Parts: sequence; structure tokens; C-alpha cells
Amino acid sequence: MDLIHEALPWYVAGPLIGLMVPLLLLLGNRQFGISASFQDLCAWCVRQPQGYFKWDPEANGWRLWLVLGMIIGAIALYFVVPATPIAISSATQTDLLDLGIAADGNIYPKELLGGEEGFTWIQITTALLGGLLVGFGTRYAGGCTSGHSIMGLAQFSPASLIATIGFFVGGLLMTHFIFPHLIPALLHG
Amino acid sequence: MANSKWYSSASFVLPGMLFGAILLRSEVLSWFRIQEMFRFQSFRMYGIMGSAVAVAALSLWIIRKLGLKSANGTPIVVKPSPLKWKSNLTGGLIFGFGWALVGACPGPILALMGYFQWPFFFVFAGAILGVMLYGWLKDRLPE
Repeated sequence: MDLIHEALPWYVAGPLIGLMVPLLLLLGNRQFGISASFQDLCAWCVRQPQGYFKWDPEANGWRLWLVLGMIIGAIALYFVVPATPIAISSATQTDLLDLGIAADGNIYPKELLGGEEGFTWIQITTALLGGLLVGFGTRYAGGCTSGHSIMGLAQFSPASLIATIGFFVGGLLMTHFIFPHLIPALLHG
Repeated sequence: MANSKWYSSASFVLPGMLFGAILLRSEVLSWFRIQEMFRFQSFRMYGIMGSAVAVAALSLWIIRKLGLKSANGTPIVVKPSPLKWKSNLTGGLIFGFGWALVGACPGPILALMGYFQWPFFFVFAGAILGVMLYGWLKDRLPE
């Protein structure tokens, strides 16, 4: 196993992600979850005296430090470890090519979201809209893939099971029913 | 209480760095990996999520069994998320649409920005707008 030049195998990556749960509990009795940090960031900026965007450093301050750490970790990795091209299954490559997207080893499709060479207004709108759905949806659902699908499912929480079913049904509908119409329209205007 | 000390919160930078690196090296933040998952063309994402949940559940069981305390001396209590099935499901569906479209959930959006993947700065801006919008509409939504 070459940990530097290859992606982590699933049976290493999964358990490492799972270990975040006891790590945060043992470090400071905190429950794993990332999407609440977006609300915390808003609260930290607007500092409402009461309500949804009330800043409570005692309860939520740790999460902003976690976020800062994630960004520092990613920056460090960028400079220290060479990027490995993402190699997906040939079946997915074929399906995506039909939509006009080439799996060229990049992390995300540049045709759809833009990149170093610049952005079209359609690409910017796509990124903003996708982000809007992620931000709104995770807060409405009360959590995301980390808080509900990992922390919540590990507690056998019914709320998290329902939310996780929602995540997957939403993603499946988008992929199989909306993408065939949406992606060609976004790529060719 | 030890928790109120700023350095107690700041210590979470370290697990954050670890988590950011794991998200990148496991490729779970790749739009292409998410597509593989939603098309059922690779076991990888299911293996990662399944083993993550299994390890997390086992850890919670061990913590409860041994009655472990947190580093700040408080007994570890895990609070379940309240069941609000309408918002869990509707919010979940909305997030699912966005997750497939940009190929990233909240953790990955942060790691991708740190990894200088420029479009995710727009995705992040959109997510903050979405959270603000939710905060504003909250009381008018079901549940």
C-alpha cells in the first residue's frame, strides 16, 4: 500500500473518518458534525443578540477551530503530498462522457464548474446554486453527511436515518433524472 | 470549567487538520467519486461510509461500556438529534440535489477551498447564502 502516491483504500479511509467521532468526544465532549459550522460562521459574523445566528463561543467556538484546522490540513497537503489523479470506474467514465464530461483525473469537472483558466457566468451560477442547496438543505435537515450519516447513524438515530435517505434520494434524482437534461444545457448554453 | 478556556476550543485545530487530510486522501470530496456512488458503479463510497459508521458505533459502545470521560473531565454524553421527519426528509432531499450537482458536502467544500480548488469558493459563498436564507425562512417552513 503506497499511502503517498495512491488514494487511501476504502477500508482505511472509512475507519479513519469513523474515528473522528470518539476523537472529538474524548478531546472535549463534542459531537462530530460539519454543516453546523456554516451556521456558526454566519453567527460569528452577524452576532445576533438572540435567535438563529446568536454567537455562542462556549457551545460552538470549537467548531470554527475544527474548520480552520481542515483548511490548514488541506493547504499543508497541497504543498507536501503530490496530487494523485482520480481514477473512476470505466462504466462511470462512459456515462459521463455521454453527458459531455471527461473524467481527466481532476477532482471535479472543469467543464461544469470552471477553474484556473477562468469561469463563465453559467459555471459561477452552477457553483453558487449547488452551494445554496447544500447550505439550505443541511440546515433544514439538521445535519449533513458527517453529523447525520456518520455520527447520527452510529447512534441509530431515526432522524439521521430519514435525513440520510433524503440525501441519497435527492442525489439519485439529480443524477438519473435531472442531469441528462441539465448538464448538456449547462455545458452548451 | 475547562471548556471555557480558548485553548480548549483551539485544540480542535488538530483533529480538523487530520480530517481535512483524510477527506482529500480518500477522494470522498471528488465530484467523480460521488457520481460513481450515485450510479452504483463502485463499491468504494459505500465501503467508506459503511466502515466509518461501524467504527463510530463501536467507539460509542466502548465509550459507554467503560464510562470514559472527556479530556476536560466531563462524562461523555451523546445527545441524539431530535426527530423532525418533515424537515429531516425535505432538507435531506434539497441537500442531496446540491451534493450531486457540485459533488461536495460541507466538509469537502472546506477542504477543497484549502486545496486551492477555486470553484469551491463560489460553492462556499452559495452555501453561506443558503444558511442565511434558511435562518430567515426558518419559522415559515414546515416543522
